[in-house]
Amino acid sequence: MTASLPWRAALVTVLIFAAFVLAWHIATRGTGAVQQMSPEYAKLMGSTATQGKSAMPGPLDVGAKLWEHVRNPFYDNGPNDKGIGIQIAYSVGRVMIGYGLAVLVAVPIGFLIGMSPLMNKALDPYIQILKPISPLAWMPLALYTIKDSSLSAIFVIFVCSLWPTMINTSFGVAQVRKEWLNVARTLEVGTFRRAFTIILPAAAPTIMTGVRVSGGIAWLVIVAAEMLVGGTGIGYFVWNEWNNLSITNVIVAIVAIGAVGMVLDLILARLTKLVTFPE
Amino acid sequence: MSGFISIEGIARRYGTGPAIFQDLWLSMSQGDFVCVIGHSGCGKTTVLNILAGLDAPSEGAVIVDGKEISGPSLDRAVIFQGHSLLPWRTVLGNVAYAVSSRHRTWSTAQVNAHAQKFIDRVGLTGSEHKRPAELSGGMKQRVGIARALSIEPKIMLMDEPFSALDALTRGTLQDEVRRICTGTGQTVFMITHDVDEAIYLADKIVLMTNGPGAVLAEIVDNPLPRDRARTDIHKHPLYYGVRNHIVDFLVTRSRAFNTTGHDPRNVPVVRPTHALT
Ligand SMILES: Nc1ncnc2c1ncn2[C@@H]1O[C@H](COP(=O)(O)OP(=O)(O)O)[C@@H](O)[C@H]1O
Ligand SMILES: [Mg+2]
Repeated sequence: MTASLPWRAALVTVLIFAAFVLAWHIATRGTGAVQQMSPEYAKLMGSTATQGKSAMPGPLDVGAKLWEHVRNPFYDNGPNDKGIGIQIAYSVGRVMIGYGLAVLVAVPIGFLIGMSPLMNKALDPYIQILKPISPLAWMPLALYTIKDSSLSAIFVIFVCSLWPTMINTSFGVAQVRKEWLNVARTLEVGTFRRAFTIILPAAAPTIMTGVRVSGGIAWLVIVAAEMLVGGTGIGYFVWNEWNNLSITNVIVAIVAIGAVGMVLDLILARLTKLVTFPE
Repeated sequence: MSGFISIEGIARRYGTGPAIFQDLWLSMSQGDFVCVIGHSGCGKTTVLNILAGLDAPSEGAVIVDGKEISGPSLDRAVIFQGHSLLPWRTVLGNVAYAVSSRHRTWSTAQVNAHAQKFIDRVGLTGSEHKRPAELSGGMKQRVGIARALSIEPKIMLMDEPFSALDALTRGTLQDEVRRICTGTGQTVFMITHDVDEAIYLADKIVLMTNGPGAVLAEIVDNPLPRDRARTDIHKHPLYYGVRNHIVDFLVTRSRAFNTTGHDPRNVPVVRPTHALT
């Protein structure tokens, strides 16, 4: 093979996808064994028993459904029937608010922690305890105190995406090379200017890594949060379709969640690249 | 003692351990080019950091221009052992950062024009917009020199600025530093472990003994003419006399320096004037 590595990798990716779809298709093709039964009983049993059809949708069903959603993502037929585009927009909106606030709060606090060895040690136990708390554990408390379901979801995203950014910021700030700080000292650069011209650019790659991890967590959390609080959003959509027993729609939603998460991460990766410097 | 720079009895120790060096006295006049030679670990960088104001002596003080130093100053530029450029800034950005620190009220255009002048002076014209990662070791060190020169300091402090460079690059940079510093009457305090470099560049070569408890053993007054050239310096009749004197110190006397009768306040000044046959 003389083709370049990216082309070969793309080929393998496509082959794996094709193999997966084929296996899926064969597995859900149906059993063929149709039993005789009374019409009432058949109705209860559903199409699995009556037509020998698998309850699990095949790739063709999902593909058709996906196409349907892609062609008309923004319709709105009342609270329980909105286009998947609208639901994703609700989720992305909540993530942007909660996660955006988290970054705005975490970076300055992380900066101060990183600058002060005292604060670093003093606040470490709090961060270590708060960091591993599941978003679902926060939810009842948020609902009880905030009382608004949408705000509670935003709060939970805020709390969960705070820590990676804060920890990375304080680490990046504390690890700024001494020789760069000495450059600023010999040039009599003041505290404020040093923070913005030396420490911030030097720590920016580490900070952005944290921001990227936080972004991933925010997107993970929103689905769980919306399942709990209901109303709107892609998480609610999944839950609602599960209650409708529309596995096809659930799978479409899963694909959409993955795709949006990937796009969010790609954007953050771009931003990280912008502030990264070669040494 | 009342030189332009006056090191008055400084010592530096970490914790309760022995002093790295002690009772160091040295006086420098304006326009002096002083090189310090000593073995690795004897405390040369520490002395330079104290002069820069980045470190403080455990005892004693350093007086510059009549004032005891209490911290870093734009009057004392440092060329660090590693080039320590800011990797996220371009060549121009690195020099301009220093210029704008010196001249806070200048416009960007003024700052860049001033920075460009010094980038040209060290021969980096055309590389202004490169990042440090795209430069060779010699070019990085040139940026460091341009950055230090651009703030037009009263004193230049250089910590083994050329030790990481290949011989050819080192030679050209030595020529340039000598041309610039002697041309402008710059006061320079430089650390080196290269004897030839010291003889070529310095008016006075300070010999430092090994630590712990290092002292200044003597000051060699360079007898070579001021208009010496690097390429034929070794043909001068006094050259090997000076060279052997210093090498002899490094090989034997730096290790077992006899302090009896040595007055640290009046370090003997030696002027090797006998030519070798
Ligand atoms: N932070 C420190 N704590 C303890 N000892 C140190 C520290 N920094 C430097 N030293 C010691 O000080 C001595 C002098 O170091 P330095 O000034 O870098 O020497 P030189 O530049 O002459 O090679 C060394 O022996 C080193 O081990
Ligand atoms: Mg050193």
